[in-house]
Amino acid sequence: MSTYTAPMKDMQFVLHELAGLDAIARLPGYGDVSTELVDAVLEGAATFSGEVWGPLNKVGDQQGLKRHDDGRVTTPKGFVEAYAKFVESGWNGLRFDPAFGGQGLPKLVDTAVMEMWNASNMAFSMAPLLTQGAIEAVFLRGSDSQKQRYLHKMVSGQWTGTMNLTEPQAGSDLGLIRSKATPEGDHYRIQGQKIFISFGEHDLTDNIVHLVLARTPTAPEGVKGISLFLVPKFLVNDDGSLGERNDVRCVSIEHKMGIHASPTAVLAFGDGPGAIGYLIGEENRGLEYMFIMMNEARFGVGVQGLGVAERAYQQALAHAKDRVQGKDATAPKGPSVPIIRHPDVRRMLMSMKSRVEAMRALAYVVAAMFDQAHRASDDAERNTAHAGVDLLIPILKGWCTETGVEVASTGIQIHGGMGFIEETGAAQHLRDARITTIYEGTTGIQANDLIGRKVLRDGGRSMQALLSQIDAVCEQLEAGDDAQLHAIGARLREGSKSLADSVRWILATGMQDLNAVLAGAVPFLHLCGVVCGGWQMGRAALAAQRKLAAGDGDAAFYRAKVATARFFADQDLSRARGLAEATMHAGASTMALAEEQF
Amino acid sequence: MKILVAVKRVVDYNVKVRVKADGTGVDIANVKMSMNPFDEIAVEEAVRLKEKGVASEIVAVSCGVAQCQETLRTAMAIGADRGILVETGDELQPLAVAKLLKALVEQEKPALVILGKQAIDDDCNQTGQMLAALLGRPQGTFASKVEVEDGRVRVTREVDGGLETLSLATPAVVTTDLRLNEPRYVTLPNIMKAKKKPLAVLKPADLGVDVAPRLETLSVREPSGRKAGVKVADVAALVDKLKNEAKVI
Repeated sequence: MSTYTAPMKDMQFVLHELAGLDAIARLPGYGDVSTELVDAVLEGAATFSGEVWGPLNKVGDQQGLKRHDDGRVTTPKGFVEAYAKFVESGWNGLRFDPAFGGQGLPKLVDTAVMEMWNASNMAFSMAPLLTQGAIEAVFLRGSDSQKQRYLHKMVSGQWTGTMNLTEPQAGSDLGLIRSKATPEGDHYRIQGQKIFISFGEHDLTDNIVHLVLARTPTAPEGVKGISLFLVPKFLVNDDGSLGERNDVRCVSIEHKMGIHASPTAVLAFGDGPGAIGYLIGEENRGLEYMFIMMNEARFGVGVQGLGVAERAYQQALAHAKDRVQGKDATAPKGPSVPIIRHPDVRRMLMSMKSRVEAMRALAYVVAAMFDQAHRASDDAERNTAHAGVDLLIPILKGWCTETGVEVASTGIQIHGGMGFIEETGAAQHLRDARITTIYEGTTGIQANDLIGRKVLRDGGRSMQALLSQIDAVCEQLEAGDDAQLHAIGARLREGSKSLADSVRWILATGMQDLNAVLAGAVPFLHLCGVVCGGWQMGRAALAAQRKLAAGDGDAAFYRAKVATARFFADQDLSRARGLAEATMHAGASTMALAEEQF
Repeated sequence: MKILVAVKRVVDYNVKVRVKADGTGVDIANVKMSMNPFDEIAVEEAVRLKEKGVASEIVAVSCGVAQCQETLRTAMAIGADRGILVETGDELQPLAVAKLLKALVEQEKPALVILGKQAIDDDCNQTGQMLAALLGRPQGTFASKVEVEDGRVRVTREVDGGLETLSLATPAVVTTDLRLNEPRYVTLPNIMKAKKKPLAVLKPADLGVDVAPRLETLSVREPSGRKAGVKVADVAALVDKLKNEAKVI
């Protein structure tokens, strides 16, 4: 069975050297955060993820879930106990307001911990991920009494939360939502059917807090007529005890390609008198509230891509060291060797390792921007961080999930035929990773968001700001006399130019020929991902080189960091020009055929 | 009653250690360090005694470099109430640690001292016994069960022939075996609380203890690798080899 060990050393390197943990710890309200505390928190989470969640990953995949005739859903063996331990250990509340029982730690620290949950058991990690989204919604837009009634138990994890958006006819287009909410006294009666509801029904907790999008009778058509409701599985009495069972039932669960231990429910609201729901915020502003959380949710899925990739890498690495096959190409008469000696296997391992490290660096840097956007004392700093987050979210979500799938696929390749056999466990990572490019907005939707809202809308200003940060790193890489850093700098410079060319083209073309620009949207997103990954790996190489020059710490680790950054530059960043060409020329052919010609 | 628990910072049990090129010791630069697993069991046992209402205060002690503070914070996250670090960069051998602990026992006056039976780095298995001897107090080593009743400690020990049960007058010294308990997972709220608990730092000189090593390490070497086995033709050949080559029968 594959095990998971949190990559503490790299996590700490990224937290301190690239994401600026010290600066985040100095933000208002994070007074208690110190390096020692963060180390202790990460150690605790590493142990828990490795020993409790990790071993259940395969069990969950193989056993899956069971829906009973009465609508109950039971989770795989060991999940109920593990979740109880998770709640008891207080991990769910890590980043939430201490007023509701949380620990108030920065999102940056939360991100490293979330990576561990995702890597050790992505299906399981859906429970806290969804709960945290629901907490955020209630916290930001709920009334005081709603907060008092629901948040304490959601923050502790004693109750989980869900997000009910999708309906059979309303997927990526939520304007088509039909679920109804009829006012009745201080509440509403909800009727309708919701699909794809992660952890919509399960046996881990005694209550589930559903957040549901629905239309009131007087609501306008389309996206401007959707309201958000809180619909508990069991109604909650004034004293906090559980009351009557609400009129919401799980009518089926989906059979999926991956994340088998994460129940994806079809929920029927109001088969009887209608489920009792409580309005969150104001009527007709539901979608707007959902969008407040959209960045967080998309970020969370990007981190899933990173987590699964790390897990796939660990398993492939163990196999490559263990599997003896073939001779060393330079010593054909010698003994058979572990396959890690073969250059092509080494190339695959390096591609996995370098991409994982690039994704981690970018994810943690964006997490630090979230913290700055929320907490920085200076208005200008907060706004800059906000703009950075808005620009980088579609890139992070799209690129980390697409790359996660590729890394998991490479992991199978390293296993050879054994990788294709389910018992090996390498295939699970690919099957689990596959959903990440789809939910919370497909890669195509991320790419359209990137081009439409993040590049065209502001005339490329945030992109310019990003490019100048990248160019500043190029200058640092080119400044010294280190040949490795020069080589990385040259690739990054080329990447930055390719990106700048594409942005210019998008700005020039977008107004006359929107289809041409959107046809190249996904190659453009990949281009942004590779260049941002290269930017962070360039910073990593600089930081590692500084440490080496100072003779500070683990020289072997820092040398490996520089070599890994070099690999990323030569193998991934070198594709930037090709991606720029694909972006700028997609319009010439993509829409050329008439529909009948397909 | 007060319990004193000694915890040692050692190379993490997952780390594959390497001998330094010059043979002077094991290379611990840049490797992961953790609390000695037997000491974790010791802290857990003390915390369980406190949760049962038997113990009133748990003091965790560590001797060594400044980073041992992290080990003490871990002990406090499991449930120790405060920590004492006897800070020194010098090599500490079991006798020196036993003397430091003796001085602290005389200051703190605990009814029970719990230690791991041995540390996974040097595997000495001496400190607890030396401490009991220096204090002139009873010892129960390799404990697999600890019960406190009427001011005495009943210790079940794992010995070669089976289980032995001792009843010790307090103050007493107990060292833990692997099967005494399974340490809990530290909780996030307790990790946060641990950093606010008091941690005192002393020097060996403050306790009037000379920690100079009494033993000298001549050299440290990797164990020789295992040799490949051979197939024998029949039982007679096997017996012959056991008799004449291995000389075990």
